Amino acid sequence: MKLSRRCFLSFSIGGAVGTALSPLPWKLTDDLSIWSQNWPWTPVPPDGESTYVDSTCMLCPGHCGIRVRKIDQRAVKIEGQENTVLNPGGGVCLLGLSGLQLLYSPTRVKGPLRKIKDDKGLPKWESISWSLAIEEVAKQLMDLRAQGRSHTVASLVGQEDGTVPQLLKRLIKAYGSPHFYHMPSVEDTQGAVLSLSQGIDGFVGLDVENADYILSFGSALLDGFGSPLRMMRAINRLKEQKGTLVQIEPRLSNTAAKADLWLAAKPGTEADLALGMAHVLINQRRFNEDFIYNHTEGFELFAVMVRNSYTPEAVAVTTGIDAATITQTALAFAAAKRPLAIFGHGKGQAPGSMREAAAVNALNALVGNINRPGGLHAMPAYDYIDWPAPFLDGIAYAGFNAKRVDGSGTPSVHRFFEAVDAAPEKLQLLMIAEANPSYSLTGCGKIKQAIKKIPFVVSFSSFMDETAMQADLILPNHLYLERWEDIPMRAGAVRQTVGLCRPVVAPQQNTQHLGDTVIQIAKALKGTVAQSFPWDNYYACLKQTMGNQWQDMNAKGAWEKEPAVVSPEPGFKTESGKLVMMNEPLKKILGAIVPAPEGDEKKFPLQLVAYDSIRLSSGYIGNPPFMNKVLPDTVLKGNEGFVELNPETAGKLGLAEGQSAILTTPHGQVKVRVHLNHGIMPGLLAMARGLGHTAYDGYLSGKGVNTNELIGPVEDPASGLDAAWGIQAILAKA
Amino acid sequence: MSSHDKYQSHGDSHSSAKAPDEGAYIFLFFLIGFALSMVVGWGVFPTLLYSKKHQPFDFNHKQHLQIVDNGCQSCHFFRTDGSFSGSPRLAQCVGCHNEMQGQSESEKAFFEQYVVQGREVPWLVYSRQPDCVFFSHAAHIHGAKLDCVTCHGHMAASENLKSYEQNRITGYSRDLWGRNISGLKHNSWDRMKMDDCAECHARYQVVHDSSVQTGRDACFVCHK
Repeated sequence: MKLSRRCFLSFSIGGAVGTALSPLPWKLTDDLSIWSQNWPWTPVPPDGESTYVDSTCMLCPGHCGIRVRKIDQRAVKIEGQENTVLNPGGGVCLLGLSGLQLLYSPTRVKGPLRKIKDDKGLPKWESISWSLAIEEVAKQLMDLRAQGRSHTVASLVGQEDGTVPQLLKRLIKAYGSPHFYHMPSVEDTQGAVLSLSQGIDGFVGLDVENADYILSFGSALLDGFGSPLRMMRAINRLKEQKGTLVQIEPRLSNTAAKADLWLAAKPGTEADLALGMAHVLINQRRFNEDFIYNHTEGFELFAVMVRNSYTPEAVAVTTGIDAATITQTALAFAAAKRPLAIFGHGKGQAPGSMREAAAVNALNALVGNINRPGGLHAMPAYDYIDWPAPFLDGIAYAGFNAKRVDGSGTPSVHRFFEAVDAAPEKLQLLMIAEANPSYSLTGCGKIKQAIKKIPFVVSFSSFMDETAMQADLILPNHLYLERWEDIPMRAGAVRQTVGLCRPVVAPQQNTQHLGDTVIQIAKALKGTVAQSFPWDNYYACLKQTMGNQWQDMNAKGAWEKEPAVVSPEPGFKTESGKLVMMNEPLKKILGAIVPAPEGDEKKFPLQLVAYDSIRLSSGYIGNPPFMNKVLPDTVLKGNEGFVELNPETAGKLGLAEGQSAILTTPHGQVKVRVHLNHGIMPGLLAMARGLGHTAYDGYLSGKGVNTNELIGPVEDPASGLDAAWGIQAILAKA
Repeated sequence: MSSHDKYQSHGDSHSSAKAPDEGAYIFLFFLIGFALSMVVGWGVFPTLLYSKKHQPFDFNHKQHLQIVDNGCQSCHFFRTDGSFSGSPRLAQCVGCHNEMQGQSESEKAFFEQYVVQGREVPWLVYSRQPDCVFFSHAAHIHGAKLDCVTCHGHMAASENLKSYEQNRITGYSRDLWGRNISGLKHNSWDRMKMDDCAECHARYQVVHDSSVQTGRDACFVCHK
């Protein structure tokens, strides 16, 4: 027997026949086809029970009601709740929708961190326990107190309303310091004008739903002003009902594009335009005579001022809007049944000019649409937090009454950091909650510099933001989807409502509620500071504070104060019971022209302004990856940010679309790319706010340019707050 | 005579003398090849194709079914939104197993490793379909009035959990193709491939017309 080729062939044929008659080829083909469709990189979310948890969004001042869909213990989708006060139509904005990316971000602060130095002397973060973290803060605070320097401690919060910021405020007072600050916003300016004109300590409500003529002084009504979804819906309704929207803004924004009339006034001249319109109303007696003569005081003085200084012709020269347009717009405003003038540029994150706020307020007063449907409402401040005054020992009393480093008057964050920068010994410890001043304040380069000089900085941030990076200790707060908190709503609300933020999921990291952290620090400080905090924990404090409303609030997700009984009297709380059109303080304000932006016009012939977009979060919350994905490539392309300018200006500079250029302002120099836009005033440059982070993570850091590094603050002569609308700049080929 | 001729004649005489034997010999090789490939195809291949995995611990369906009131749905229930709960979660089990029930090895493993530690039991689900498949229990149980046995067999009578066999190529359970490697089935629950879905749907004329083009169901009715 000998193996031949035929044997081998026969064996192979036999094998082939046998294989074909076995399941091997058929099963293998089937399995391989399935295998080829197995894409392990495609995430397969685990199945589970679907539930919804109602809560309140805390990512912007709009505070929409949200419904979070959960599968078992995982939050999978954020939807809008219908019929909530600030978002009656339901829905959720892009930032609200992206909240889950913040919750599950792999780069969140995972627990308390202390900055130490490594072997080479370079700073690095060390994880520590919560008890050690509290101990560390308490030790620093006790040491300063023992040295009689309690007044050198400060705290900065995002905003002051609600139990959590108030607990921190209470801690600062009971500890013995006058230094409690909140991040500035348009509400500061609106509130100051409200107080002066109506004698009401509170906030401005805007009845946009019932207005039929909206005169917006640069408010980004369709790009995130106030409560973004409510504003959008109101503008839609206004247009459906053939109402009129007038947008005053130097750039064709989304709001300007949807407006019936776009008035591109020169930036910084909006107050003049408002006063010019006031002139028309007074001169042609088209103001609401009943309201003016029965419910206001100082009208004559006001009338004299506008008659003398703000003729449409004079204002036309100042603003660049022709006198006929000013006159027609003013008359149309007065002819409307429910006209409403809105103050606050962009999203309202900057306080703006007091003069402009007072001028816009005067326009509303002239048409008499104050505390009436479709008008401007004076909303009293929230008063549900009724804690007994904190116990102050001698040190606390002396410290609390010490002179503030930013001087007397309205606390000013910019002035505070300037003072710290000039005399660092005046501040030894700073605690920062829900704020990122090193990024989001104008002139943030100098803010960073000042914070660097503070010996001990405590951040409560849940993210490695620019300010947290500078901290010595991070005690991360729960994210809004992980915590209880009361949210007194402002942002133009016309009904007092306290929303409830409640935990949707268990804390994802080793974070702790800021309220609990504050209570624990207070208790560790012992003595009168500890006595001022009788609560075991934050939840107990919240429940006790809300009192009888707690049950209702917990069941409904918000507590709404009964609407005030409609009264024919506007209900002003001034001494005369009338709205003040003009008195000495208001005269000063209306004469207090905001200084021109920084920079020599010869050296920096152009002007740079920052604009807001609903696709960019520019405050404490950084832009989540979802939002970066929807940015047009004329705003951000790769890591390069764009500056918008008119083709006419670009032509003079020899720049073409997409070309690289160097943008220089008195505050810094950056490389940008150029986007030509016919919708922007010649001579002006515009950049989007919310880019150019240097901290956070690879999704956000190093993308585009932070306008706050290029634009410095300009102090409002009346309020002392930041009233910068831009800066002088120069753009040259790269 | 040339050497070539010699070889040729030698060859011829050899082939003519041995021809019948060689035919058988070649056939023998055919048979060997056939037999070996059959052994590989029917025996070795299935053994190599599947890896055996064990459930976290054993479970006695029969015993549990005697205790509960509502049959299979006592543990494998429909949620209020109509979705099906699938394998029970720990929270359901601890309703009874908040303390050890008996002294069996399985009970001990369950209690110590899962109940005490609050961990979910990572059950290996024999009938888990690929992720690209939508399957609604509600449509089949409530709509078509099928019973559990039709697809899952007599699980309720089982006293032990069989080992879970995972296809090494696809990663899915062997029960989808069926235990029989030939793909043939005797019972409706023997396998659950797309053809088996289609067969039952065709038999009961449960064919919808969600696709305008085909007049039948569109792919996405069952597939993601």
